[in-house]
Amino acid sequence: MTNYSYTLFIPLIPLAMFLLIGLTGHKFKPIVSGYAGTLGLTVAAFLSYITAIRYFFIEGAVDGTYPMIKAVSTVWLRFTDTLHIDLGVLIDPISVMMLVVITTVSLMVHLYSLGYMKGERGFARFYAFLSLFSFSMLGLVLATNIFQMYIFWELVGVSSFLLIGFYYEKPSAVAASKKAFIVTRFADLGFLIGILMLSFTTDTFDFKTLTSLDGPIITSTAGASFMGLSVITWSLIFIFIGGAGKSAMFPLHIWLPDAMEGPTPVSALIHAATMVVAGVYLVARLFPAYAIAAPDALHVVGYVGGFTSLFAAVIAITQIDIKRVLAFSTMSQIGYMMMSLGVSGYGDHEGLGYMASMFHLFTHAMFKALLFLGAGAIIHAVHSNNMTDMGGLRKYMPITHITFLIACLTIAGIPPLSGFWSKDEILAAALHHNPILFGIGFGVAGLTAFYMFRLYYNIFWGTDRHYHHTPHEAPAIMTFPLLFLAVASVFSGFLPFSHMVTSDGKPFEAHTDMLVAIPSVVIALIGITFATIMYKKPSTIPDRLAGSIKGLYKASLNKFWFDEIYLFVTKRVIFAYISRPIAWFDRHVVDATMNLVGWTVTTASNKIKGLQSGQLQQYAMVFVSSVVILVLLFVYLISK
Amino acid sequence: MMTEGIPLEYFLIVSTLMFFIGIFGFLTRKNLITMLMSIELILNSVNINFVAFNSYLYPHQMQGQFYSLIIIAVAAAEAAVAIAIIINIYRNFRSIETDKVDEMKY
Repeated sequence: MTNYSYTLFIPLIPLAMFLLIGLTGHKFKPIVSGYAGTLGLTVAAFLSYITAIRYFFIEGAVDGTYPMIKAVSTVWLRFTDTLHIDLGVLIDPISVMMLVVITTVSLMVHLYSLGYMKGERGFARFYAFLSLFSFSMLGLVLATNIFQMYIFWELVGVSSFLLIGFYYEKPSAVAASKKAFIVTRFADLGFLIGILMLSFTTDTFDFKTLTSLDGPIITSTAGASFMGLSVITWSLIFIFIGGAGKSAMFPLHIWLPDAMEGPTPVSALIHAATMVVAGVYLVARLFPAYAIAAPDALHVVGYVGGFTSLFAAVIAITQIDIKRVLAFSTMSQIGYMMMSLGVSGYGDHEGLGYMASMFHLFTHAMFKALLFLGAGAIIHAVHSNNMTDMGGLRKYMPITHITFLIACLTIAGIPPLSGFWSKDEILAAALHHNPILFGIGFGVAGLTAFYMFRLYYNIFWGTDRHYHHTPHEAPAIMTFPLLFLAVASVFSGFLPFSHMVTSDGKPFEAHTDMLVAIPSVVIALIGITFATIMYKKPSTIPDRLAGSIKGLYKASLNKFWFDEIYLFVTKRVIFAYISRPIAWFDRHVVDATMNLVGWTVTTASNKIKGLQSGQLQQYAMVFVSSVVILVLLFVYLISK
Repeated sequence: MMTEGIPLEYFLIVSTLMFFIGIFGFLTRKNLITMLMSIELILNSVNINFVAFNSYLYPHQMQGQFYSLIIIAVAAAEAAVAIAIIINIYRNFRSIETDKVDEMKY
């Protein structure tokens, strides 16, 4: 077995950079912080690539199975002999894959931000937070036990909060960061309950024990059950609630569109490629438990994922803000990954859905980061987020145009780009296990192609708008990440994922199912064709279509009024009937008691403070007369 | 014995008189030096009591006399400290009248 203990430095280097930039960044020119953060991440990325190459290609599978290795592990808190919280580094196929995804996207975002954030106030702060986020996310994927994951899970949440609220002078950014934090925190409550239930039943936090086939979770025949589901099923459902919150699954999705208030590179890193897939990663991490011990919980995952992917795709069609279109597209694609996990079985070819989900996670990270960074370059050029302010940009920004087009084709699933391969595997797995979810996935594939090309045509084709100044191509430091990610989007589909990342660690042979591949390409092409007809040249078709299905159009434009529903529930119901009475009780009963005590003491002291006159004779008089009284008292008592 | 023929009550009457003269002076005089003198009177009245009781009740023991010696020593030390304090008060307030020295109050 090889020594992977150096992997500890992959998260620690960004942490060191965070501390360094955070503490000393103000002493140097801002750009120095940018270079320092980027350099730190370059080293971390380099180490990740070495780890991936060693793990997958040099070491390879041992006895036909990729092993789960604890590279570093120390006991941090010991409760009992079996129940203890460790801190360590876990190396297995999905964590190594995530290392590559996170460090690659993060490095590209670091580079890109050198250009994008140039001259912004708080440049050093931005890089400090980026490093903090990278550290947290890397710690999350390397966690050896569920509690360590929870710790980093919260750290990721807080760095996301800090970065969404980066422009803290803007009230909308502040509101968005608060919303994101509260919604995900609410979901994390479910995660915590799930952890406690799971560890109570199985007596361990350790992932290796939890997911081993002869471990307590799979062999335990938990007697207690509630509403027909076992304790393990319930605990896994609760854990999934945490994952759903981070991954913006319906109905906890409301924070993600608002999170677009953050700087665009942040959206690319956190809200497209890494943090939002943490929920998928969590389910994948515990996958044997889901698949074998709690198939019901896995069905929940699948249906929630499938529904979200459809729901988000419908909303994405009508949004005007280009970042919001991408945000809903992210939700939709993550729903895809969840759905794919939901339709997967355990082991060998049954685990196709699992493999497909991880595959899609990988390719999606590349092309979605590319889309966001491209959107950032566009916003940088025209100073607006709205596609109504854009048009005809293909002439001005050729590199952005080409890379954006590649990303759109990739997400639409056109062969041989990477999105086609991963989406095809997902649909094949769904067809095999659950025809309903296959139907949803198939429809979403068409919708995805349509809304992505609506976005593309509205930005790059159509008529020129009145721009403040002629839009120009982004500087080289910003176009390099675009080109790099475009190359990754094109070629990552050829990675032999089924030989590397599988549900049981054993490689298997996945082959393209023509029965799925041909219809999915056809529906993608249909979607693109519709978009071309409607948006390539100015036309009245979109307006007429919107008019003919007015109800649905308005519902989609207003995101099915979910923000309003949540506001109603929180403001009108929870605030009015729960919070306000509690506040009243606090103010008029708890506080009043305390005020009464304080008032009594103050008044009494005011009344008797005159005794302390500073006159020596008066004190002596009191003293002598007290002595006299005491003497008389004693004499009286003794004589009695 | 020298005290032969003099009843104990005489001593007690003298000491009681001295004691209350001291108390009276302490409570009525505002001058710190006079107050210090009053305290000396009180202490000496106690001394008389100690010595008198000692020689009338336990003529073969010496505790009472030694106590009065201790009190004399303590009184001397106390007078030294008190006068030092009074001098400092005078320097600060240009007065040793107690009704002028009333900084330490609410």
